[in-house]
Order: sequence, then structure tokens, then C-alpha cells
Amino acid sequence: MTYVGPAEFDRVPPAEIPEVDLYHAKSWVTKYVFSQDAKVIAIQYAFTAIAIGLVALVLSWLMRLQLGFPDSFSFIEPGDYYQFITMHGMIMVIYLLTALFLGGFGNYLIPLMCGARDMVFPYVNMLSYWVYLLAVLVLVASWFVPGGPTGAGWTLYPPQAILSGTPGADGGGIILMLVSLALFIIGFTMGGLNYVVTVLQARTRGMTLMRLPLTVWGIFVATILALLAFPALFVGAVMMTLDRILETSFFMPVIVQLGAVRENYAGGSPLLFQHLFWFFGHPEVYIVALPGFGIVSDLISVHARRNIFGYRMMVWAIVAIGGLSFVVWAHHMYVSGMNPWFGFFFATTTLIIAVPTALKVYNWVLTLWKGNIRLTLPMLFAIAFIITFVNGGITGLFLGNAVVDVPLSDTMFVVAHFHMVMGVAPILVILGAIYHWYPKMTGRMLNVPLGQFHFWVTFIGAYAIFLPIHYLGFLGVPRRYFEMGETTFIPESAHTLNEFITIIALIVGFAQLVFIYNIIRSCFKGEPAGSNPWGATTLEWQTPETPPGHGNFGKELPVVYRWAYDYGVPGAADDFIPQNVPPDKVAKAKS
Amino acid sequence: MSHIPVAVILILVAVGTVLFHFISPWWWTPIASNWGYIDDTIIITFWVTGVVFVVVVLFMAYCVWRYRYREDRRAEYEPENTKMEVWLTVFTTVGVTAMLTPGLFVWNQFVTVPEGAAEVEVVGQQWTWGYRFPGKDGKLGTSNNAKINDGNPFGVNPDDPNGRDDVLIEDTELHLPLGIPVKMLLRSKDVLHDFYVPEFRAKMDMVPGAVTYFWFTPTRPGTFDILCFELCGVGHYQMRGNVVVEEQADFQKWLNKQKTFEQSMAKAAPSAGDSPKPVLEAADTGSAEKGITR
Repeated sequence: MTYVGPAEFDRVPPAEIPEVDLYHAKSWVTKYVFSQDAKVIAIQYAFTAIAIGLVALVLSWLMRLQLGFPDSFSFIEPGDYYQFITMHGMIMVIYLLTALFLGGFGNYLIPLMCGARDMVFPYVNMLSYWVYLLAVLVLVASWFVPGGPTGAGWTLYPPQAILSGTPGADGGGIILMLVSLALFIIGFTMGGLNYVVTVLQARTRGMTLMRLPLTVWGIFVATILALLAFPALFVGAVMMTLDRILETSFFMPVIVQLGAVRENYAGGSPLLFQHLFWFFGHPEVYIVALPGFGIVSDLISVHARRNIFGYRMMVWAIVAIGGLSFVVWAHHMYVSGMNPWFGFFFATTTLIIAVPTALKVYNWVLTLWKGNIRLTLPMLFAIAFIITFVNGGITGLFLGNAVVDVPLSDTMFVVAHFHMVMGVAPILVILGAIYHWYPKMTGRMLNVPLGQFHFWVTFIGAYAIFLPIHYLGFLGVPRRYFEMGETTFIPESAHTLNEFITIIALIVGFAQLVFIYNIIRSCFKGEPAGSNPWGATTLEWQTPETPPGHGNFGKELPVVYRWAYDYGVPGAADDFIPQNVPPDKVAKAKS
Repeated sequence: MSHIPVAVILILVAVGTVLFHFISPWWWTPIASNWGYIDDTIIITFWVTGVVFVVVVLFMAYCVWRYRYREDRRAEYEPENTKMEVWLTVFTTVGVTAMLTPGLFVWNQFVTVPEGAAEVEVVGQQWTWGYRFPGKDGKLGTSNNAKINDGNPFGVNPDDPNGRDDVLIEDTELHLPLGIPVKMLLRSKDVLHDFYVPEFRAKMDMVPGAVTYFWFTPTRPGTFDILCFELCGVGHYQMRGNVVVEEQADFQKWLNKQKTFEQSMAKAAPSAGDSPKPVLEAADTGSAEKGITR
């Protein structure tokens, strides 16, 4: 049994291939605009993702205004509302979270943490960003076509997605959405090949796979999932586009509208789309979650000054979760009308996937145990992640148990579940990760009092928004309703609760502006950080320049002698040993 | 921020969540069907997961306070502990099994329609409901959306004799007899819909081009709201109706007032004679399956 611990040997194997010449940009345009440097590309992805994410945030405020005060905002019509929820959902899941975790954090951290100078295909990597930007622009263009963007729900189910009666079906909104998704997938295939091949082939000498930080493992496995799952969405989008433009019937059965049978459609299966969509859609949520898992493991271990507990198990859990994520998709379809016997299979696989996920939670918590915990902002965000992720993961167990899903599906319980587990928890990781890596990217620290305000309002506020929404779901309040109107079973207090939730949502939204102000201000006025303010072991903190220059590591690539978690090693003078310090150079503690 | 306030806040989050659960007035609507087993499974899930949530958060609060940073301390260096990890895996698997087992039992009941259940067809369209009962022969006539027109809004096959006495209700109010298990056969004319009454706890999407189902037994008389539970366009939130659950005799009176397929076809081509009054009886074993188009 291999013991993963301090370096046991001081001989490091020679490099397998000679170092490849790195592309060197000459002009301002090729350095900062059409850059092939993964760090620049990462920042481009991050800015674009956050910008479109802010649009989705504003859409959520509009949605909450309607839900909290349904009689007050007459400028919001039902069609508008359905466009808001669709665009909010699609942007947040795909254009913000996936793009930011993979394109943003992946590009910045993978080469650095692997000890490489850049990604292995820098030109394709550059193209991947511009294709992503094009995808975003096509998506935004749907606001400017007749009828506006699609209002079919982020899940875009046919037949309604392409039929009159749904916003965007007639004027081109749905087509632009589908084209945008196809472009996104093309861009992320280009980027994804980079991330996977760089991790497999471009690690520096001594950096075995089992010495990689969990951040890299999380993004790596998530990228493999993306490469395998996105094609299902791609073909679904192509087939739906054909159904809309050429009136084929992949997903369209006989349709009766306005009392008459439509001439063109017959024989297609709406359920086929759902299978394709969710075959993509379930791995997609793990594409969002796994990088978060990896990153939070590193945040906790650095700031608790303790090795991540059970590193090997954590790696296997990431791989197992990734693999299992491909056999659970129809838990989104228990009440879809599919063959009921599938419910047994998918409920079982869904509850099985809870086991490796729970193990990760235990290991994060056990890293805190017997640690030496600094309550820095990254640590606070990591702790908040654990709490909200456990809460959200638990409600997933309710929904995954097929028969329990029957009364809860399409209620606000589902909305609360996926916001808590995919909205609140990963966003908390992203925020913590920004506080953690901002000093490396800019050489300055983010302001702490502003950060404390941002953290507490975001964490407690977001929890206070989504916890009560579960109980609206238990009441039977449906999702995707423009307004409740008159019912016999929803008490007046539920409407009051909706008002309260709206107000908290607006407050939490405001707190993000404080964060953005902090990011901009600290670029100029932040306290100088030095090269390794947190005392971290991983290679990105050992670069000769901060921020890292082109080529990352100066003249010599680092050589790695140990895993990524030598914190609190007995006998060492410091409470951490960077990965690239040879065993004979480790400062010994004075006895 | 120092460790004690943070630990206290974490404790408050755990305690507050549990308190909220018990004092919240927002809970499920009183059940009006036989599916109390689903509610029971939810309670089991709450216990198993609730304990885990509280333990995890309180343990973290403890660690935040007990293992706060001190310059002269070091964290314990323990890369892994296989024994502990095996135990945690076993414990989690037991917990998961404890929830999945009753869940699958009840799911099995949910998908297995009892012998002799009555049948009612619900037809959804943008954005209203319609209903069809089998009529005196106890069989629903075959149907096909391609046959739908103004005179035949349910698309009943005019050549199928079983369909003649089917009772058609072009209204959003459905009546059901108390205490009789009923299989809801679900069709849609255009897009996905879902027929749901929160008090019944049972639902299934309605898929155009297919017939889906769920079954339940109404156990409490009353009038209950029907809401559409699958996004079906801009009118989705207005697609409402109600179900009146009443004693068999009152239900029969209501059913007798409704017109049959034959009568509605006769309106287009008037002919002599009233059809005999339709009666809903629990269908014979096996006969209910005939006459349904898939």
C-alpha cells in the first residue's frame, strides 16, 4: 500500500520529453487581447463569465420582485417572467459556473499547479475563449430579435420550446439559444482538450498524478465529464433546431393547436429530448460541483494548516462521482411518463452516488479536526460551503428517492434544492477561491473588513433565502408560476414569506457590489501580498514573480519531491513544506 | 473575526435550521389520498439526514473553536486513516439503505395499479383540462390526437364501439367518488402538462403522443385545486381546475348529467333516441386495459 506522505526518495526521474519552446507574444494585441497565455485567457474567461453572470443576477432580482410583490410590478408580464427564468438559469449554470470553473480557474491554475509553462495547445486555447465570447454574444443577441429570448425554461423541453405560446418560439429567440449552446460546446471542447491533455502530459518532473492538488483533480475529472456529456446536448440542440426550422419531428408528436391538428409534426418523442438533455444535464451539475470540491479541499488544508484528510480517498471519490454521474440522469424524469421501472434503477444509482459524496464531506470536516485553523476569508467561505453543500446534498436525497420526488417534483422544493447545492455552495467556493488566489494574480491582498461584510451577508443571507423555499415546496407551491393567484391550500403567510425572501435577495445582491468594489480598489490600494502570503505548498505560490510572468517559473521548471499537503510535518521548522523543496533542503525544527 | 463568535454563529445556523423546521407554519397540505406512505418516507428521510446535518455543523463549530490557530501549535500530521474511512463508508451506506428501502417499496406500490381500479382519462391542452369516463361498458374507446377536430375535441375513434358511451367533460371541474382506487390516464393534445392536486400527493406528466398514468384512492371528501405542474407556455400558471371528491351517490348524479361521445357526435348529425344513462362502475379485471391508444 503506497503511503502518500513526505518524499521517500530523493531521486526524481528525468523528463520524458524535452521542453517545448513556448510561444512568445510580441505586440500588445497578442499579449493582452489575442493572447495564448493561459493566465490571460483565464482572466478573459473570468471577466466575461462574471459580466454575463451579473446580467443573470439582475434577472433574478426581477424574478423575485414579481414573486414577492405580484401585484406591484405591472411592467413584468408573464412572457417576460418566463424569459427571465430561462435566461437566468441557462446563464448561471452554463455561461457563468461552467465557464468560470473550467475556463477561468482551470486555465489559471492547471499549468501553474502542474509545474508547466502553459497549456499544451495554446493557440486552440486562445480560440476557445473567443468562441465562448461569441456564444455569449449570440445569447445576448436573443434579447434583440422580435419576440425576445426564449422563455421555455432552462431545460428547453419540447414541444413547447418551439411552439407559439412560449416566448421566443416564433421570432428566433429559441434558435439563437440553441446556436449559442452549440458554439459554447465547441469552445469548451477546444478548452477541455487542453485541460485534460495538459494534466496528463505536461506535469513537471516528480509531479505524479497522486501528488497533484485536489483542485487539479476536480477540474480534470470535470473536464472529462464535459467532453463526454456535452455531445448529448449538442445533438439535442441540433435536432430541436431542425424541428423548428425544417419542421422535422425528432421530438414532435401530433400536435393540436387552436382546435386543429398541425400538418407538419407527427411521430416524434418529447421524452427523447429529455433523455438527451439530462444525459448531459446531470453530469453538468457535477462539472460545476467537482471543481468546487477540489478547490475547497485546498482552501481548507491551506488555511487549517493541515493536510487534507484522506487524500487518496478524495481522489477516488472524485473519480467515482464522475463515473456514477453518467448513470443517474433519469432521476430528473421520475414523473416524466417514462417507463416506471426505470425509477427503481435510477433511484438506486442516485442514492449510491451519495456515498462517495458524503465521504468527501467527512474528510473536509476531519481536516478541520486537529488542525490549526486560521479564520481567514477563504476559510470562512470554505466552512460556509460545507454547510450549504450538506444542506443541498441532503435535499437531493429526498428528491432522488423516486417516490418522494412524486409530490415534490416541480415544486419550489426543487428550486430550493438546486439553488442551495449548485448556486449557493459553488458560488461560496468561487468567492473563497478569489480571496485566496487574488494575491497571486495581482500581488495584493483584498481588503479584509469589506470581505468580512461581504462574507457574512452573502452566507447568512443566501441561507435565509433558500431554506424557507423548501417549505414552500412542501406546501405544494409550484415552480415556474408567474403568480399563484387564488388557491384553496396556500396560506396568506406564504405570500408574506415571499416578500421577506425578496427583500433578503436584494440585500445579498447589494453585498456583491461591495465585493466588486473591493476587487477593483485592492488592485491599486491593496496591501502588498508577497509571493506566498498564506504559506501554501502548491507550485503556483513558488513562482519567481508575483503575478507569475509569461512561462510561469522563470528559467528552470520546478522539480517536485512531495505531495501537495505537507502541512504540520513533524520535525520541520515551518508548518508547511512547498512541493518543490528537496528533502535535504527542508529546514529542521530546533529541538 | 475571532473564533468564538464564528463557532457560535455556526451553532446558531444548526439550531436555527432545526427550530425553523419545527415552528414553520409552512408544511404539507393535509393529505386527501392513500399516499400517506410517501409522507412517512419523507419523515424517515428527515430523521436520517437531519441528524447528519446537525452533527456535521456542530462538529465543525467545535473544531473551529477547539483547533483555533496558535503560533506554537502544529496540526496533527495524519494523511489518512483507513479504518475510520471504512467505518464512515459503512455507516453512510446503512443510512442510505435505510432511506432507499422504504422508498423503493412505496415506489413499487405507486407504479402498480391495484386490480379493479376505476379509470378516468384526463386530457390536457394549452391551457385547460378535460375529462373522459368509460361509460356503462366500463371501457374507454381508443383515441388519437390526429382525429381531433371541433366536433371531436377528445379525438375519440368514431369507429370504436367502446367509445360511444364514453362520458366527455369539457369543463375543468372533475368529480370522483370517495374511497374508490382510480387510475388516472393522462393525455395531452399539444405540449407537456402535469395533472397535480397537492392533497393527493400523486402526479405524472402528460405527454402528447403517449398515454401516461398514476393511481390513487381519494380518502377525504372536499374540493381540491388542480394545478398544472409542467411548464407548458405562458398560460401555465393559469391552467387550473378542481376535483370534487364526494360520496358515490352524489358522484353518480353528477356523472349522469354529463353528455356522452355519441351524444356529442349526434349534435353534429342529429338522430333519434337518447343514449342510456352512463354509470361508472369499477371496471372488470383486464377489460380496462383495452381501448386505450398508446
